[in-house]
Amino acid sequence: MLEAQARRRQQRSGLLLALPAIIWLGLFFLLPLGIVGVFSFLTREAAGIVSLPFTLEHYERTFGVFSVVLWRSVWISVVSTVICLLIGYPLAFFIATRQNNWVRQLCLFMVVLPFWTNFLVRTYAWRILLGDQGTINAILQGLGLIDAPLTLLNTPFAVILGLVYGFLPFMVLPIYASVDRFDFKYVDAAHDLGANDIKAFFRVVLPMTLPGVFAGSALVFIPCVGAFVTPDLLGGTQGLMIGNLISRQFGQSLNLPLGSALSVTMMLIVMVALLAYVRLGNRRLGG
Amino acid sequence: MHRLIALSLLTLVASLSLAQDKPKVEPWVCPPGFEGQTLHVFNWSSYIAPNTIGDFEAACGVTIVYSVYDSNETMLAKLVRGNPGYDIAVPSGSAVGRMIQLDLLEPLDLDKLPQLATISSDLLNPPYDPGNVYSVPYQWGTTGIGYNRKKVTQPISSWDDLWNYQGKVAWLGDMRGMMGIALHLLGFSPDTTDPDEITAARDFLLSKGDNVAIIATGDGQIMLERGDVDMVIGYNGSIIALKYSCECDDFAYVVPQEGSFIWVDNLVIPRGAPNPELAHVFIDYILHPQTNADISNFTAYGSPNQVAIDAGLIDEALLANEGIYPPPAIREKLFFIGPVPNQVDVLYSDAWDEVAILLSR
Repeated sequence: MLEAQARRRQQRSGLLLALPAIIWLGLFFLLPLGIVGVFSFLTREAAGIVSLPFTLEHYERTFGVFSVVLWRSVWISVVSTVICLLIGYPLAFFIATRQNNWVRQLCLFMVVLPFWTNFLVRTYAWRILLGDQGTINAILQGLGLIDAPLTLLNTPFAVILGLVYGFLPFMVLPIYASVDRFDFKYVDAAHDLGANDIKAFFRVVLPMTLPGVFAGSALVFIPCVGAFVTPDLLGGTQGLMIGNLISRQFGQSLNLPLGSALSVTMMLIVMVALLAYVRLGNRRLGG
Repeated sequence: MHRLIALSLLTLVASLSLAQDKPKVEPWVCPPGFEGQTLHVFNWSSYIAPNTIGDFEAACGVTIVYSVYDSNETMLAKLVRGNPGYDIAVPSGSAVGRMIQLDLLEPLDLDKLPQLATISSDLLNPPYDPGNVYSVPYQWGTTGIGYNRKKVTQPISSWDDLWNYQGKVAWLGDMRGMMGIALHLLGFSPDTTDPDEITAARDFLLSKGDNVAIIATGDGQIMLERGDVDMVIGYNGSIIALKYSCECDDFAYVVPQEGSFIWVDNLVIPRGAPNPELAHVFIDYILHPQTNADISNFTAYGSPNQVAIDAGLIDEALLANEGIYPPPAIREKLFFIGPVPNQVDVLYSDAWDEVAILLSR
């Protein structure tokens, strides 16, 4: 009796403690999300004005004429995430296995250092590096490696470069945390049982640091899908992504329902990707 | 539009105006009765001659409080929540249309603007303000093709030279302007309300977009200067200004022979202006051939003042520049972009969205 009462009281105070967060999320997350969802089915009256009846027109355009942009957003994001992983894992592993604490801190500091400069400025700087008469082409031509300048700017390549550059720290930090927590006695055990270094890595180290890999991949993939500054500055007409399309609809075109439909679609892409990750992660982790 | 000016022009203009002796234009005289009053002028930055304000203050015995902005949106944002006390503003044509819709403008008393007679008739009665009820021209310019002479060796005179160019080009991120060019080339009105014609214009642009590296919103001339593109669709002022910023002769500007759309910045009196009487006097002063020529000689934009041109008040080097003062054969093919009803505007923005996105294929 008394125990049940106590538990109930505890539950009530728990709810009370969570109330600010619930109100906050309800007001500033669920409600706007609901509005976006409803808007995506409304008819566009004029610039910035919507009305009934409900229509599927905006989803038809999203998956019709604009599907090329959806597809490009997905493949650019996947490629960027994979490259981040290929660079980020070895880097995080290197940092986490330094014996000297001071060196480790310095390396982490250097990973985070770019955040001290504005993202827009750093992305804009790539335009100067990648231009036809930019630094990279000037060096390559100076060395006599190429005759005519390479077209680097205003391509999907430039967008991927910008995304990897911008989001790499989000991959490194979670993997670092995973590797840092990893007990290297397991590797000794694997060696004792006859595994070589490569086998020990793939059978022991990698599976046990997968949570970091999954967290890092999600943290990179999600902002990649929604990116619009990077493709806007580096992509030209060849590298436009769904984020650019959305910002257009809420900006100059003021097509709120189409912008909402595109936003909902983008959320669905992210959700599907995350669910796939989670399923994959659970299976790999023996869940 | 970027208001770029060249200080080197200043010395040139100063020396030329000393040498001039043929103008037959009567000097402007300030009507009496305004001594001690104050006028608040809100204009684009670097968009007036150094002597314009001082001469007016001396002639009328008044004080001008001069503030500047760098986009129509900035200016609109200040005025849309109630006029904070400006007597004069200088919106572009499209912004005039919006300000009329939002009831932000005071009607002009044209009887108080005798100098309006000196303005070129083809720049009067624009579609965004029929009858010049609210606005009169301040400066104007064209939209055309800017190109890098070092990369583009063949002569450029037609839109086809841009569409068919083997190399990288940048288009202008101006929805109605770009759609207007396509409609004009197809033989339709640039302000058409016919959905089929708008669709045809969309398909026309999509078929011409294979060499487009980027649709630039305001920085096309920078990409041209930096060598990222060889050709760009842009406003005359920003491309002609490259000549002064690079101190070279690498960049040329042409208005294509088929014609193109023009932009006009306009003098208006915002609703609730504290001193509309003096504002009319100031507008008349700006419209005067000498004042207007001084401004155009300084900014290197086109003067709308026909008398100033005929009387030789415009710097000869600028007058000879066909990018600023197109020859009559081209001038008659230039067109305004006029307002369209909201339901049609939606068709334009949908079509342009698809152009901007699908050029990439």
